[in-house]
Amino acid sequence: MEWLESFWATYSTLVLSIGTNVLLALSIYLTLATGLLTVANAAFMAIGAYTAGVLTTQAGMPFFVALFFGALTPALVALLMGGPTLRLSGVYLAMATLAFGEVVRIIILNAEGLTGGALGLNGIPQLTHGFDVGLTVALTLYVLLRLARSRFGRAMTAICQDETATELMGLNVRGYKLFAFVLGGALAGLAGGLNAHFTFFISPNEYGFERAVEILAMGVLGGTGSPWGAVIGGVLITLLPELLRGLGHYRPLINGVILVVIILYSPKGMWDIVRRLRADLRLPVVN
Amino acid sequence: MLPQQIVNAVSLGAVYALFALGFTLIFGVLNVVSLAHGAVFTIGAYAALKAVIVLQLSLPMGAAVAMIVTAAAGWLLDKLIFAPLRARQAPHLAPMIATIGVAIVVTSLIEGYSGPENLRFPADILPANAVTVGAVRITGLELEIVFLAFALMAVLLWGLKKTRFGRALRAVAESPKAAALMGVDVEAFFRVTSMIAAVLGGAAGVLIALYTNAVFPHMGQPMLHKGIAVVILGGMGDIRGALIGGLFLGFAEVLSVAYIGSTMRDAIAFGLLFIVLLLRPQGLFGHAAHRRA
Amino acid sequence: MLTLSSISISFGGLQVLQSLNLTVPGRGIFGLIGPNGAGKTTVFNLITGLLVPSAGTIDFLGQRLNGSLPHRITRSGIARTFQNIRIFKEMTLLENVLIALGGRASYGAASVLLPWAGYREAERLDRESARGFLARVGLAEKAEQWAGTLSYGEQRRLEIARALATEPKLLLLDEPAAGMNGIEKQQLVEEVVKLNGEGLAVLIIEHDMSVIMGLCHEIAVLNFGSVIARGTPNEIRANPEVIEAYLGKEEQTHVRSEEMLS
Repeated sequence: MEWLESFWATYSTLVLSIGTNVLLALSIYLTLATGLLTVANAAFMAIGAYTAGVLTTQAGMPFFVALFFGALTPALVALLMGGPTLRLSGVYLAMATLAFGEVVRIIILNAEGLTGGALGLNGIPQLTHGFDVGLTVALTLYVLLRLARSRFGRAMTAICQDETATELMGLNVRGYKLFAFVLGGALAGLAGGLNAHFTFFISPNEYGFERAVEILAMGVLGGTGSPWGAVIGGVLITLLPELLRGLGHYRPLINGVILVVIILYSPKGMWDIVRRLRADLRLPVVN
Repeated sequence: MLPQQIVNAVSLGAVYALFALGFTLIFGVLNVVSLAHGAVFTIGAYAALKAVIVLQLSLPMGAAVAMIVTAAAGWLLDKLIFAPLRARQAPHLAPMIATIGVAIVVTSLIEGYSGPENLRFPADILPANAVTVGAVRITGLELEIVFLAFALMAVLLWGLKKTRFGRALRAVAESPKAAALMGVDVEAFFRVTSMIAAVLGGAAGVLIALYTNAVFPHMGQPMLHKGIAVVILGGMGDIRGALIGGLFLGFAEVLSVAYIGSTMRDAIAFGLLFIVLLLRPQGLFGHAAHRRA
Repeated sequence: MLTLSSISISFGGLQVLQSLNLTVPGRGIFGLIGPNGAGKTTVFNLITGLLVPSAGTIDFLGQRLNGSLPHRITRSGIARTFQNIRIFKEMTLLENVLIALGGRASYGAASVLLPWAGYREAERLDRESARGFLARVGLAEKAEQWAGTLSYGEQRRLEIARALATEPKLLLLDEPAAGMNGIEKQQLVEEVVKLNGEGLAVLIIEHDMSVIMGLCHEIAVLNFGSVIARGTPNEIRANPEVIEAYLGKEEQTHVRSEEMLS
């Protein structure tokens, strides 16, 4: 098991990053698959990270309690703002959530006493281990995969394709949208809480526009066909800059390029490509 | 409100209106929310700065260079992003997401090329004169800003109303298919509109760069947010709305800095944005319009 | 069964419906006709809750409908098809019908996650149910095909199957015969008669006079936002105001009057 230990010593940060990024990708998958373009997940991540961080550093709470509230707080915020906000369509929703992200950032900057303001929150105990992240990812994936195959997943896909027709078939569209939004917020918050407890230092700038774009890129790259797409998106976006020989600095640039390229050439994302490869590899069915 | 603050508000508001005008023009004509407008703004600022510092040009020439560069950027944006997506009849959100990508790419490239620091115009190039009218001190810079902003807007409005080009543009904005049937080269109009909008955004960039004397890679971000707030306040696609909304935001910001304090200044725009979105999403002048084919 | 009282609505300054009164009886097939722009689809949109009237009330089986959310209205027993077919082309026929069954919430989110809570069984029953609805419109063999591969007439039938899956008491058909050839129209008429025979009340908007006259027990004629005539097909055919309404429009002269008299 020695190679495992040395592997972990070198790559633990990377693996943990992949884990939290997959969670973030899954959080945006939920909303994208329902046809909602929201860029609020970076803000939800921030809320989760700060909530969990403040609870462990200043209130001395145990890790899992802090994580729980780290997921619950953004979920509650999402519930509150989701009602009026999700009534907005397409572009208006995107812009409203963009603005929301900025508001959260400004609030964090100004609540210096609690959050440390621009200087950030330091000294967060490094309580996150691979096991925590791995377990969370596995559980989340299990839940989302089962939901995706059930009537909930079908409803989300239907809403994505034609909201009005779906509503007229007796489905509470508003309820489903809120469900996706709130659950997405909780996941993003959870990812934030986990992330904060291994980077041990967080600041408002980490959760700004560049983070929002990264999350969006993961969702778009992966595609909305299946939660597995989010996994692919999360893994690729985390690994790509590292693989390309220390282009870690250019992470935002790569994410931007990925967004543009995918939208232009393969808008359904990687999952669609994977799915079509799988279909091609099977024997063609005579129709 | 002190007369001095009115002057500040008008200068700031004029630039906000200029920026918002470009943003709303793209939405009104191409039916696209271009979140790359902030990047174009930044390109304008950097182009002017580099023209003045590196090419040793005068300020007016630097501004002219900036407008040419941003027009080219607008052309590229349509050719590489908007046009292919139009041809594919991609869903509404696709170009918007693509422009998010473009914005980040541009910002990263600028940061990589020029560094993340705050750059300034050389001191001798900024107009130092000022005019004092009663209790109010108006700097030469503010006068130039207001003049240029209003001049550009006036040209645009006149063009839209009185020229054949303007009429054709309005026809395209209302219904591209109908305009095409009347023999209008709709694709060319889309491209030109993208260029005009970029020039307006870039000009706003130059003016803000001069006003704050700060040029840095991420300067387009807060501006984009404000542009969104203005356009939603005034109504998406509505030109009057962009003008009045811009001035309104200028006043709101100056007032809030005077009476609440400057830290929450940027939040004002968002506060307004939220309220408008929740109460009257079509803005003050907009119509919850559906585009007919 | 369905009563619209003094319904008014206007869009952007244009008064589309003016104090409209309409009663749809609980049995039979009821037709709604009128020149283009008379407001027929608006009536459907009002009934199904996509639009809210500026004045007036809509009652269905004793319940006040206007102001309710569309999905509640559907669940109370009104289903609808659209003029331009709105099926989900990128899903199979079975999935299309399953979505409609989703409105009945046959299992909750928790049961999806807990392996012992009967989710599998509920899914299986739903799928069987869905196949049943497809069979009713004669599309059972194509259940696993993608909806986009169907012919136009088959897509219409899928839409009807989906509407049936919501177990409605009243079915609203918005120009179902549009774009169909003679054979398809014949099949459509037979379908609707069969469904009506099984106890489903039908309210149908159509421009095709042969379909309307052959199908409906009673017809209401809409023009300029209010009902100008009402009665059996024969009565409507002979009604001078109705003829005027159709002849009054330039484009609809000769052909319409021919159809009316046939």
